[in-house]
Amino acid sequence: MSPLRKVILIFILFIVCLYISLPLKNHINIKFGKIDIQKKYDLKLGLDLAGGSQLVFEADTSKIAQEKKANSLESLRNIIERRVNLFGISEPSVQTSNFQGKDRIVVELPGINDTKEAQSLIGRTAQLVFAEVIEEPAVNGATHSATLNPTDLTGADLSEAGVSFDQNTGKPAVSLTFTKEGGDKFAEITGRNVGRPVAIVLDNEVVSAPNVQEKIVGGTAQITGSFTLDEAKNLSIQLNAGALPVPVKVVEERTIGATLGQESISKSIVAGIVGLGMVVLFMFFAYGKLGLVADVGLIIFGVITLALYKIIPVVLTLPGIAGFLLSVGMAVDSNILIFERFKEEKDKHSTISDALEISFGRAWDSIRDANIATLLTAFILANPLDWNFLHTSGPVRGFAITLALGITISLFTGIIVSRNLLRLFVKERKEKKND
Amino acid sequence: MIDWMKYRWLYLIISATVLLCGVLSLIKWGLKYGVDFTGGTLIEYKFSDGASETLKYPPMEDKDLEKIRLDFKNQGAQEARFENVGPSIGPELVKKTITAIIISAGGILLWVSLRFKSLKFGISAVLGMLHDSLILIGSFSLLGHFMGVEVDFLFVTALLTILSFSVHDTIVNYDRIREINKKYGGELYNVANEATSETMVRSLNNSFTIIFMLLALILLGGETIKWFAVALLMGTVSGTYSSPFVSVAILVTWDKLEKKFKKS
Repeated sequence: MSPLRKVILIFILFIVCLYISLPLKNHINIKFGKIDIQKKYDLKLGLDLAGGSQLVFEADTSKIAQEKKANSLESLRNIIERRVNLFGISEPSVQTSNFQGKDRIVVELPGINDTKEAQSLIGRTAQLVFAEVIEEPAVNGATHSATLNPTDLTGADLSEAGVSFDQNTGKPAVSLTFTKEGGDKFAEITGRNVGRPVAIVLDNEVVSAPNVQEKIVGGTAQITGSFTLDEAKNLSIQLNAGALPVPVKVVEERTIGATLGQESISKSIVAGIVGLGMVVLFMFFAYGKLGLVADVGLIIFGVITLALYKIIPVVLTLPGIAGFLLSVGMAVDSNILIFERFKEEKDKHSTISDALEISFGRAWDSIRDANIATLLTAFILANPLDWNFLHTSGPVRGFAITLALGITISLFTGIIVSRNLLRLFVKERKEKKND
Repeated sequence: MIDWMKYRWLYLIISATVLLCGVLSLIKWGLKYGVDFTGGTLIEYKFSDGASETLKYPPMEDKDLEKIRLDFKNQGAQEARFENVGPSIGPELVKKTITAIIISAGGILLWVSLRFKSLKFGISAVLGMLHDSLILIGSFSLLGHFMGVEVDFLFVTALLTILSFSVHDTIVNYDRIREINKKYGGELYNVANEATSETMVRSLNNSFTIIFMLLALILLGGETIKWFAVALLMGTVSGTYSSPFVSVAILVTWDKLEKKFKKS
């Protein structure tokens, strides 16, 4: 393929990536025969840029048998995810992490600043049990006492919970609908206890203990306590999602306000533009026309990178931006290596294009070896295989992913793009000489 | 041609002096750890008049913390950032980082030794890399003592970045040594001199481009990222210096000593 054709292909790629990375038109709608591509591309921002909360819960698995641990952690994660989804937060992320026997659940809630509510929603075990009340008559002057006898009717027997209102007081309450089996159990329990109270116990605390008037066969019940509307809503979410198989507690909490994130974004953009501008100018002053070719390559690098961030998608964080900026430096380095080589080879060869091809060939050895070493470190930091002894979340990983991506793209732009642009550029100059 | 390697003892003495300052500071004052390491709470408040203040608290009971937050709320201050870290997070972070450094160093040692077909090259490259990390840690110990700069998650990221940058730069130098050696052969001392001369402009130009990006970040990038960028800048300067003047200098010294012992 001729350099001209390659440059045209590169130009087409550039236009496609530019289209994807532009903030205005961020969706693609292509109909080609049976293929219908419809995709919306948005830049995903991490919590430190978009604002939001990260909560880390530690699971107390001390009372769980070793062989059941993996299972209960998986269901813990699923239940927490269901709760967060039912709460109506867009694009939450719930991940498990393990380090030296400590099991953690990392929950990210974009746009949430009030973590107190989120903590109580996610962190409460919400173990619901119906219990019979066994009253013991006062004997020998002792006070009247009662003990609870838990039944086998629990939160697991619910098919649905919802917010309702107490018909008598108008206060918020939680309505329960049992499964078929649960309804039968409830009928049996209420049948056994007509005229006596049945306690509704949540996490070992009695929420209410209404007197049973008659056997209830409809398979529904209501918890009336002193709920606020929010409390009733959260409890119904917890009951719908299920009880946590193991208790959890918060060990880490980070909240970034939306304004601070916005500030970081606009400052990073300004810094990025100023920095890039200085690099572009420097390359022009240091290498003249060659430097301009490198600058074009750098712009193509930036556009392709941004497009890939949207396509993959990469969650962009502050350290991620740093990783990107560092990869810009390494992208320019490929060009500098080639140009310095070209300066040396220029006088040794008869034609400029010969000198150019040889410079590319020679520089490639060092570019390859150096970039593979950097990729190796980025790979260890990004930890794609989720090894527990390395960083499994957080800023280090975000940084490594953008760095690795940047190096890979810079190998493409530094070698293929600059090379073909230069081939075209050098050829034209030679033709002019021949005229 | 400039006889760079003639002064190799001088470079090593300069490095040793800087390293010694850093290590002494580390022993005497240590590092100033942020909440990421110690556990505790960090709150950045924005007041209605636009001023902002960052406050740090040691680990405390939930209800005491709630009281502080409520007090500020009543004064009309808004929480721009709230970080509450349990005491178990820090040691875990340190362990994982050390593991990452050991694995990276091992991987790089293998890769460089393989590419340059000599363990000498690998070990010298890794020594240069450790030199840069230690200089960075030492500098932040001094910055912590005199300016109250804390080390946090981002510092750890910067440290790991510098590992890769340092090796990246060293390999470019090595590559030139390998090439000249293939073409003309001769004493490693002379080859290293030639290679250092030839790669000097490239090394400086490359560092300039990275330094420009980082300077822009330090001056314009905002408070959250400032010390992170400073750490990267220090690492870049140290990484550029260490490639010819630590890694290659050690390589040449090693080669000379080896020959001396073989003769005697």
